[in-house]
Amino acid sequence: MAEVTLKQITKKYENQAVIENLNLSVPDGSFTVLVGPSGCGKSTTLRMIAGLESITEGELQIGNEKVNHTPPGKRDVAMVFQNYALYPTMSVFDNIGFGLRNRGLSRVETKKQVEEIAEVVGLTDYLQRKPSHLSGGQRQRVALARAMVKKPKVFLMDEPLSNLDAKLRNQMRVELTSLHKQMGTTFIYVTHDQVEAMTMGDQIVVMNQGEIQQVASPIDLYSMPANLFVAQFIGSPPMNVVSMYNQPSCVIGFRPEKAAIDVFESLDTVAGKGLMLNGVLVSREILGSELLYYVETKDERVVVKGSTESIIEVGMNVRVSVDAKHLYFFDRATGTRIIGEKRKAMANSVIGGIA
Amino acid sequence: MYPLRLYVFKTIEWLLLLAVALLFVFPFLWMALTAFKTLPEVFRFPPTFLPESWQIQNFAVAWKSGPFLTYLVNSLFVALSILVLQLFTAVPAAYAFARYKFKGRNVLFGLTLIALMIPPQVIFLPIYVFMSEWNLVNTLWSLILPYGASAFGIFLLRQAFMQVPDEVIEAARLDNASEWKIMWKVMVPMAKPVLVTFGLFSFIYHWNDYFWPLIMTNNEQVRTLPIGVAMMKSSEGDTLWHVIMAGNMILVVPILIIFFFAQRHIINAFVYQSK
Repeated sequence: MAEVTLKQITKKYENQAVIENLNLSVPDGSFTVLVGPSGCGKSTTLRMIAGLESITEGELQIGNEKVNHTPPGKRDVAMVFQNYALYPTMSVFDNIGFGLRNRGLSRVETKKQVEEIAEVVGLTDYLQRKPSHLSGGQRQRVALARAMVKKPKVFLMDEPLSNLDAKLRNQMRVELTSLHKQMGTTFIYVTHDQVEAMTMGDQIVVMNQGEIQQVASPIDLYSMPANLFVAQFIGSPPMNVVSMYNQPSCVIGFRPEKAAIDVFESLDTVAGKGLMLNGVLVSREILGSELLYYVETKDERVVVKGSTESIIEVGMNVRVSVDAKHLYFFDRATGTRIIGEKRKAMANSVIGGIA
Repeated sequence: MYPLRLYVFKTIEWLLLLAVALLFVFPFLWMALTAFKTLPEVFRFPPTFLPESWQIQNFAVAWKSGPFLTYLVNSLFVALSILVLQLFTAVPAAYAFARYKFKGRNVLFGLTLIALMIPPQVIFLPIYVFMSEWNLVNTLWSLILPYGASAFGIFLLRQAFMQVPDEVIEAARLDNASEWKIMWKVMVPMAKPVLVTFGLFSFIYHWNDYFWPLIMTNNEQVRTLPIGVAMMKSSEGDTLWHVIMAGNMILVVPILIIFFFAQRHIINAFVYQSK
């Protein structure tokens, strides 16, 4: 159990900074997810916490102790790797017990603890097998058990589910969250999948190009994105972004699920409250319980979620309308979300108009 | 017709393979058969293929023609000591070359490769001078120490270690394993097929080595089997080919037995994949 603090962390590879002045606090016992597109520095950050990458500048603390130069094995952290990274020549038992033995635990004590953990993750019958004789899901469990058995202060996971098939991934997602609840240990989890981030994390750190874009809970991230990047990264399908004619320095964003779509009956404008867009329905995707409509307006293409109760045919003229309270405004140049009085003024300027 | 052509091609392929195999096997076979013949039968023309009567006592004669037990023990001791020394030097060296970034790594590895290309005949004189200065000539040490490190072994193991995924080593670091432990408990088991292959090459080379023991020793007590067998030829007035061939069999059979058991690993070494 420990909190992890990164202060002004910089990482350079041959004078090329990949992460600069990163500040992050991971509260004790939290399930923190680092999420972002590939190359955003999330894995590097995790590997610095693990001690597998050196820290160029700044300070890393685990449990109020500076650990910049502590070797990985002495940091009291455990890591689960994307490709499991099991020792192929060792049995499942030895894979799990290797870390304990290296800490000087006796053979008897190691055996006891390994068997306990094997029981928890359901590997008791496989302890004598080699990893090559296990399925993907079982290997994943061995990797988890190997981390859990050390009872670490911090659990680090680097895309641990990306090698599993969709069904197993969903199952493991649930198992990992309940595992976190049981153990109460700090989890730091890296993924590029925003669905994974949203479903598992209680604190989500969105990263892009080596910088933290926003740190927030899943709900806040979804409803109050700090900037255009977060708005478009979180949520599936991503937030629609359209230009604002009367305010060229800003763009408007709205979520596909907050927009309504109707067949365009007449050219008369209805005085409504919010954003209205006219366009042609160019394509649609039926997902089962819901539908995605792709609408081409004069300049943009937007996605709208609809219900399957009344299906609109492709090629129809449609009108997309969004209530003013569901509109987001972003600065075109910086991408920052505009809030407060300024936002109110902007919302008023679109009300009733057809953009 | 398609199947007929296939059969013809297969037959030709088999015949070719058999011919090549025979080319390699025949000298061995001839040696083995000669070892069971009498001397007159060896010289008979046209030669007989199978011995008229199997002369098992040839082996006893060969064994008694010199201190063969000493030769055998010496050969075993030298070849095994070299193997152990080479493994203890090659594993850390290969690990360092494969996994560490340090100044001069490429130059040092280049030197290792150069060492691989220099035959012992080129450097035996300076080494002999060393050995004689250290009073080691005519001891088993002079046969062992110069071969304590193997450039070939370092090269082969480095390639094997480079195939080990980084994550496995990182996992071991997080498991608080020392570099020493990572090397011997994680890397070496993963490189087992390559290790067995190298061990076999090294053992066979030094077991069969004739040149080096001949230079470094002149005393029966420290000589090895190949020299013992060769001396059978010069020590007698008449060359007793059947007895010499029996001596050669004594020399070769242990290697054939080892090879038989290690074959599986040798094949693995060349098709090795990490899982």
